[in-house]
Amino acid sequence: MSEPQAAISVRDVTRNYLRSRTSLFRAAPSVHALHRVSFDVQPGERFGIVGESGCGKSTLLRILAGLDQPTSGAVLIDGTDISRLAERKLRFLRARLQLVFQDPMSSLDPRMRVRDIIAEPLVAQGVGGRKERVTELLSAVGLQPDAADRFPHQFSGGQRQRISIARALAPRPGILVADEPVSALDVSVRAQVLNLITDLVQDLSLTLVFVSHDLSVVRHVCDRVAVMRDGQIVETGPIQEVYENPQHPYTRKLVSAVPNLRRALAGTSAADLAAASAGFTRGEHV
Amino acid sequence: MTAVIDPVTSPDAEHAVLTVRGLGVTVRDVALVRDVDLTIGPGERVGLIGESGSGKSMTALGIMGLLPEDVTATGSVRLTGVEHDLIGADERALSRVRGRDVAMVFQEPMTALNPTMRVGDQVAEAMLIHRTEPNRRAAQASAVDRLDRVGLPDPIQAARAYPHQLSGGQQQRVVVAIALANDPALLVCDEPTTALDVTVQALVLDLIVRGVTARNSAMLFITHDLAVVATVCQRVLVMYGGRVVEAGRVDQVFTRPRHRYTQGLIGASDLEVVDSRGRLATIAGSVPAAGSFPVGCVFRNRCNHSTELCKIPPDWTGPDSANGFACHHPAGLSNV
Repeated sequence: MSEPQAAISVRDVTRNYLRSRTSLFRAAPSVHALHRVSFDVQPGERFGIVGESGCGKSTLLRILAGLDQPTSGAVLIDGTDISRLAERKLRFLRARLQLVFQDPMSSLDPRMRVRDIIAEPLVAQGVGGRKERVTELLSAVGLQPDAADRFPHQFSGGQRQRISIARALAPRPGILVADEPVSALDVSVRAQVLNLITDLVQDLSLTLVFVSHDLSVVRHVCDRVAVMRDGQIVETGPIQEVYENPQHPYTRKLVSAVPNLRRALAGTSAADLAAASAGFTRGEHV
Repeated sequence: MTAVIDPVTSPDAEHAVLTVRGLGVTVRDVALVRDVDLTIGPGERVGLIGESGSGKSMTALGIMGLLPEDVTATGSVRLTGVEHDLIGADERALSRVRGRDVAMVFQEPMTALNPTMRVGDQVAEAMLIHRTEPNRRAAQASAVDRLDRVGLPDPIQAARAYPHQLSGGQQQRVVVAIALANDPALLVCDEPTTALDVTVQALVLDLIVRGVTARNSAMLFITHDLAVVATVCQRVLVMYGGRVVEAGRVDQVFTRPRHRYTQGLIGASDLEVVDSRGRLATIAGSVPAAGSFPVGCVFRNRCNHSTELCKIPPDWTGPDSANGFACHHPAGLSNV
């Protein structure tokens, strides 16, 4: 292999879940959450994953983070296959790859002070100098130093998402995986958090995996995108190309079904969006 | 209120479906909504936008008479075909109005539907309670027809399903079918598609618009998504800090905003415009908690243009409550 090593390499990953048995005589039916998914993310790249609920993106993230194992296929992080490693051998991964979740209220422990929340990955890793690091991280995400003494419920949604980002950055990861990080936020706060992510990725030279249902958000944040549907990648490529000239019918549907202020002011109605998203309109009386 | 009123943009009070005057919502001593005026004519679709905590949902619940126990509404809410004012009416009178003259679609279909009842029975119930169908058998048949019209595949089978057996989009279609069952004069939608996938959102929005258009019903549509409002509505009201800060036709408000908050919202939601460092436009800070908004102009602590003058509450500038803004330093050069 002559090319540089990929930060993340997903090779032919399939994940089946078994349902509960319906008959004594037949095997339990299985659900294909992921089917032969393959992609590479180069170091420093900003990679987007787009898809609607049930498309398998959460399963994919769980496997990337070593929280779940694929039924077949391999996941290489910096060249190391993590898909068959035992939990105790994943310590390097926890320092190397960190996650930010959609809903900060459910991903932050309500009984812990912000100081302890941010320091927790460092405690787990056995890293010293935690107090200084927490102060440093709070200022990096744009929070006051006195935020350390408070609890998550004392912050607004946008500030809580800043706390989640600070916690993720604590062990100095090289890869940041963000799962719908702005979907629960208001527009003005969404812009603030997107700016923060853009700045941090640039300043810390992070590799970013950004999952969203909204192609226009991914277009703003990412260089490359994979569009997922029913556990498979249906289209992948540079974001500008995919957004402006989508090849797969499903991608086309995603691009044109999202309400857009400019298009709406130019006369696009709800019926037009529905037609684009269904491929036809049911024009009858409701 | 004395200036010339454009009949296209401002429905006259006489033919209005909904007339809200001086609506206020208060919890103990904290004002959540203050002095909201709103008129919607038949067939008109009006959007109410603002961030969470700006008072949109409280305005809707105040209109519906669905405010929580210790929250009180003041002012006047009149609905066409209803003799009395909805504010101060007792629960018996209100439940005759709700579901018949005015209906509501909520954000979470799973919490709006009864999980222990077949969806067909829930649609039929709406018609039986208000006696728009004479008996159970007729209501059941009508329910299947309603479910067919909201685009549920195999409506006879769907009517026998329980809510958890349907997808989120299908559940919201059922909620829309219940809301439209009695041909209400006014439909209130509170973030009806926020919990849905984008392709499903497009279909449900289309369904709602076709439903109100076919009945010539008035619609009040609440959302934080400017693009959705621009797609669905003709007029828009922008709320912040429990007040209407700007109102007007959708194309006017979104292309030539006057209030600095409206301008900020439009800037922050535009993902295609970035500065030289690749950053999006933002509004500084975040929405304060209820009761902690500044005195005077409610937006002045987040506004780049605020001055000493903004400590005095700005007056409404514009011909009527449906067109205008409340800002001391409005955007745009000419002062209309």
